Amino acid sequence: MTQAFRIENGGLINRDKKLSFKFNGKTYLGYEGDTLASALLANGVHLVGRSFKYHRPRGFFGAGVDEPYAVVQLYRNGETEPNIKATEQELFEGLEAKSVNCWPSVNFDIGAINNFLKIFLPAGFYYKTFMWPKSFWYRIYEPFIRKAAGLGVASTKHDKERYEHKYEYCDLLIAGSGPSGLAGAYAAAKNGAKVILAEDKPRFGGSLLTSDVNIGNQSGKDWAEGIIAELKTMPNVVVKNRSQIFGYYDHNMLVMSEKVSDHLPSTKKYHPNKRLWYIRAKEVLISSGSIERPIVFGNNDTPGVMLSSAAKEYLKVYGVLVGRKPLVFTNNDSGYETAIEFKKHGVDPVVLDSRKNPESEIIDEAKNLGINIKNSYVVVAAQGYKKVKSADIASISEDKKQLGKIENIQCDCICVSGFWTPTIHLASQSGNKTKFKEEIDAFVPGQSKQNEITLGAANGVFSLEETLKTSFTVGSELSKKITENDNKIAIPNVVEKKSSQHDKFWCVPLPKGKNYKRFLDFQNDVAVSDVEIALREGYRSIEHVKRYTTLGMATDQGKTSNLNGLQLVSEIENKVVPAVGHTTFRPPYTPVSIGAIVGREVGKHSKPTRKSPMHSWHEKNNAVFVDAGVWLRPRYYKRGNENLFEASKREAKNVRTNVGVCDVTTLGKIDIKGPDAAELLNRVYTNAWLKLPVGKARYGVMLREDGIVMDDGTTTRISENHYHMTTTTAQAANVLSHLEYYLQLVWPELNVNVVSTTEQWAGAAIAGPKSRDLLQKLFPNFDVSNEGLPFMGYMEGDLFGVKARIFRISFSGELAYEVNVESDYGNFMWEKIMEVGKEFNIQPYGTEALSTLRIEMGHVAGSELDGRTIPFDNALEGLVSKKKDFIGKRSLQRSAFIAEDRQRIVGVVPLDKKTSIPEGSHLVKDDKAPLPNPKLGHISASCWSVEYDNPFSLAILKDGKKMIGEKLFAMSPLKNKVIPVEIVSSHYVDPKGERVRS
Amino acid sequence: MLYINCPHCGMRSQNEFSYGGDASVKRPELNKEVSDQEWDNFVYNRKSLRGKHLELWQHISGCRQWIKVERDTATHEIFRTFKADEEVA
Repeated sequence: MTQAFRIENGGLINRDKKLSFKFNGKTYLGYEGDTLASALLANGVHLVGRSFKYHRPRGFFGAGVDEPYAVVQLYRNGETEPNIKATEQELFEGLEAKSVNCWPSVNFDIGAINNFLKIFLPAGFYYKTFMWPKSFWYRIYEPFIRKAAGLGVASTKHDKERYEHKYEYCDLLIAGSGPSGLAGAYAAAKNGAKVILAEDKPRFGGSLLTSDVNIGNQSGKDWAEGIIAELKTMPNVVVKNRSQIFGYYDHNMLVMSEKVSDHLPSTKKYHPNKRLWYIRAKEVLISSGSIERPIVFGNNDTPGVMLSSAAKEYLKVYGVLVGRKPLVFTNNDSGYETAIEFKKHGVDPVVLDSRKNPESEIIDEAKNLGINIKNSYVVVAAQGYKKVKSADIASISEDKKQLGKIENIQCDCICVSGFWTPTIHLASQSGNKTKFKEEIDAFVPGQSKQNEITLGAANGVFSLEETLKTSFTVGSELSKKITENDNKIAIPNVVEKKSSQHDKFWCVPLPKGKNYKRFLDFQNDVAVSDVEIALREGYRSIEHVKRYTTLGMATDQGKTSNLNGLQLVSEIENKVVPAVGHTTFRPPYTPVSIGAIVGREVGKHSKPTRKSPMHSWHEKNNAVFVDAGVWLRPRYYKRGNENLFEASKREAKNVRTNVGVCDVTTLGKIDIKGPDAAELLNRVYTNAWLKLPVGKARYGVMLREDGIVMDDGTTTRISENHYHMTTTTAQAANVLSHLEYYLQLVWPELNVNVVSTTEQWAGAAIAGPKSRDLLQKLFPNFDVSNEGLPFMGYMEGDLFGVKARIFRISFSGELAYEVNVESDYGNFMWEKIMEVGKEFNIQPYGTEALSTLRIEMGHVAGSELDGRTIPFDNALEGLVSKKKDFIGKRSLQRSAFIAEDRQRIVGVVPLDKKTSIPEGSHLVKDDKAPLPNPKLGHISASCWSVEYDNPFSLAILKDGKKMIGEKLFAMSPLKNKVIPVEIVSSHYVDPKGERVRS
Repeated sequence: MLYINCPHCGMRSQNEFSYGGDASVKRPELNKEVSDQEWDNFVYNRKSLRGKHLELWQHISGCRQWIKVERDTATHEIFRTFKADEEVA
């Protein structure tokens, strides 16, 4: 069977190029220009999947973005992608796809047993049934439901495809290339406006591709081709097919997903798979057209039941007959257009029209062609399981409540037309409050909120003549305002057939004694009876009805079901549709690949890594790195088979006994200049800064206005009006913004400039009892003695010809210095330190040893300055000036901050001197107390004290000052540990701070 | 994404800026007696306005200037923007 349903001529496919593809393991042929859907239909394949809940057979319902059924798993070039609509996927050589939501196969699906259990599976079934026992949810119910449901499987492999983002600006953005979009774009382009015209399908033209109209002296399709060809030659115009504008955001920002490679067997070298466009448009023309809506009848989900417009599109665009015995069921003239196309291709359709006596040019044409038309007739139910075999039809009374005698007629497809629903998603997303238009029984955009205007069918205007006239005018006037050009364009003559009024009829009543499922939402198996139940159970808001029944959810977002759902609710509730309202249209309009949204920000690009100038040295010397903010820092330098614990202990020990060197380039550095620099520091830091002499550094703590510690660090007075501030690695950016805030907004009278110099300086901390000896050898011509360079002193030196800054500051608590050189010399500095330091047994140390050193000294860091502590909590109240005012000072008077039993930093040692205490453990008085056991404090940082060779931790403890000597328990439910501990001073090593001054 | 007119750089997308809260808040002067209530109002109490709101933004990936933006919190419409030292009439 080779493309038995392909007509001999016609369609827009390339018949010279045959393509072979596989569906569910079977090989078929199609043509270039097909979609997977049209190629399958050409081969007579109607069964493509199973429905979500009842696992009923599923075929094709539409021919584009509105498709609720034909969702497949796609395989392309070794990759797989779920949730692909067969109606949108273009055919390429070697394409492979499989059905989803069926097991073991689409023809025999075990889950279809749900179909026979459907009376037990009404709306809200899952909500009601899987409530108890509670413990069953995670273990049994959820895994089972997950396995049974779903529309395909996400790949677990790394996505090799490349996705790009693009930012674009234009005067007019036009969404949709149907008649209104083309006319608007053409008029604006002629006025010299910068225009972007986007079309989601591969072919431009929208409805003109399938409608039987003339514009000027050409067919609608030829006119569209001519306009597109001319637009493509214009330098001020960008036309994009396969590009879906899916979101309308604030300030006329729209986002478009361009499928660059999905129609090809594999992505071309250097090409992205998809490109996401962020477009800022001065004006937006929404010409997104309309989607045909179904009429609801019994078993209306049977494969072979489809939209009449889709049947026409398969015929006119792809040359495919969706059936040889079609039944057209309509409440308006559109069904006749489809019937006429069938007839023209030698197929005899039967038309059932719910209207009693409609008259129009289109109907006359159908009659003249001899088409069998039955007025006041409806389809009561489709018959057939995996494919339509016949239809039960009946006449219907004028009030649409009584059915006549039921007859059965043979047919192999049922083409339904329940009139047209404007695609108002983008307009609604822009903030436009929609309004209900009675004549078309649908919502249309109301007053514009942003610079957007909706034209043509999307605005509920179905006359081509009117659409073109308005669109040319609007395109011309909007662009005239921007470019001040006014090129008049003659609006072409239009030949179209006039239609008659549609029938406000959307749902066929059930015949007596029959209980057919009449589906509203095809993707989610929501039937009329489900909505009835929801309303009976008290759901009133349309948003609640949606969530309870899942009407309008899933990948098609109810493009074909929403309006019929609203009709039903309004009928039961006895309200008009606008009073029921519609659910909110949110972006994206149609599913967008996560890859496209992420773009190039994947892997290491998701957060660019910063490396110090000494990074390659660390790498060569077996450093194991750790993320520190945006930086990579050596955590430890591995020797032999050492683990983290052994290496960090060795490194820390060497600092305490010899000398170590640590890369401190990542510390934030801010250069502060100006006559009022000292005054700024005095206001920002809690301690006094006005009398700091040139050549001296000082430690400072800064608060937020709420009294909480924001950051700490040293600031050095380089010269009279020049200071060098350091911040913690993590807070560098925030501190700069903080200073700028006060300088620009609060105290603009201060004459100070601040600038980040973090990346301009490479830093090395040299720490340990032998550090001065080393320093003297590095700077032989400088006096670095305790007198020449005392604690907190600063000098400028010459490191073998390189200008260096030397600070005598210490984080490790040892005699220590920090040397800074310009970043380009960082590696030179480091290598010199290592070379000269050899005789002093120098070792590099990483952040783990650094932590150990500072913890046993009781120096606070990020884990104590955690956004919840004030200076007192960190034993820093000595740095809080009583004399001067500073940022956050007033907050320190808050009663909680001066409470007698205020939390405070303490040291914690396990009684057995062996068990390390997990960070985050809670300190409690009684380890046997019933839960919740009152928490007295928490362990903020833990280390293995190299000084005493036992575990040591810091903790923030309630009433900490009075707790020294107390015995408590450290409890870590996460690690399942209960450790008896003793509270000691946080200054575990060298409590008087003699070493740093030695 | 908002489109903000930086008074120093021109029209720029929101992702170049960071938000800085209510611009009408005035910090009490240094070294001045401030009641608990006044201080609480400065540090904590903010109106969650629906409608016109004068707020601070910093052009953090641009000129690094703090600016004032008059924006409707419901519709996101931006009416005017000001330099840090500009008086808002």
